[in-house]
Amino acid sequence: MPQAIKIKGTDDTPMVILNTEGEGTFEISGRSLPEDVAAFYDPILEWLDAYAENPNKKTIFNFKLEYFNTASSKLLLDVLLKLEEMHDNGHDVLVRWHYPDDDEDMEEAGEEYADIVEVPFEQVSYTVG
Amino acid sequence: MQNIKRIFNVFLKKEVLNLSKTEVMTDLEPKTEVQEITSDKESLDFVYEFYVRMKRNKIHLAYEGEITHQITKAFTSLTENNMAKEEDYASVQKKVFHVMVECLQNISKHAENRHHIVTSKDGRGIFMISKGESEYNVTTGNTIPNDKVEELQKMLENINSLDKEGLNKLYKQQMKEGRLSDRGGAGLGFIDIARKTGEKLIFCFLPVDETKSFFVLTSTIPRVKE
Repeated sequence: MPQAIKIKGTDDTPMVILNTEGEGTFEISGRSLPEDVAAFYDPILEWLDAYAENPNKKTIFNFKLEYFNTASSKLLLDVLLKLEEMHDNGHDVLVRWHYPDDDEDMEEAGEEYADIVEVPFEQVSYTVG
Repeated sequence: MQNIKRIFNVFLKKEVLNLSKTEVMTDLEPKTEVQEITSDKESLDFVYEFYVRMKRNKIHLAYEGEITHQITKAFTSLTENNMAKEEDYASVQKKVFHVMVECLQNISKHAENRHHIVTSKDGRGIFMISKGESEYNVTTGNTIPNDKVEELQKMLENINSLDKEGLNKLYKQQMKEGRLSDRGGAGLGFIDIARKTGEKLIFCFLPVDETKSFFVLTSTIPRVKE
């Protein structure tokens, strides 16, 4: 099992938790507009590659993003494609896409990803404030 | 050329252009002080006129210089704070924020900047944001090599020819097939600005010399919630 990743969120990078302990916690949340998107997301993608070799019985991956730029959208797709691959290999994977109930763009972004990747995908709205 | 006029009109509305200097000067306080302290009148006139024009056209921010990630963060947070105070719709605020990030990152990632290319990845350019009765306008300008003009023009014209569905399709395709450039651009910014604002991109290329052109882009974000 790869060692857990815990990255604190900042005003331009999201909080990331990738932890296999117990039922596992897999979450990317907050804002994503890093100066160098590849440098930020590469370790996450590498972690998922290692995890995919022997994943938990069930993987629930939560996206709870407030904002992401277009460069991040491409890397988020790469994350989702890793999850799709795990699903293709017979593992139990569920993506939960959380969006503020007043944010149509974030809801549509989730719909768009759900269209592209073939993996069980749940849209979850939440109330801000 | 039509686009140049449109961009020009966005910021320098016709009535302002037609005003003579005296008319402009009579309009705002405190004109007497300005005249009294004139030691170098010409330069003060310029500052005052610049101020009047910015006020008139509700330009919140105008900047020329290096556009870095730090600048991007500073401008977006400044605008975010201003918008929060002015009680715009949250959805409008998010769109303005998004357009600003994409426009500024476009310059910091793509701008032609031979002098700094070795020491820094950042580009130079101008950035302006204005708030009208019914919309926000975000304008950027930066030099690009002439051999990139045709490609960029075609890409922008194509984006402007598409409706929302077409833009969504193009975005998906580009996200799946496009590769991240060396500088971390995904080629998605313009498409996303067009689909999130629901407005056409206003752009033009002004020839600078035989190797460079100045690329100006204005994105409009409607303030009225649909």
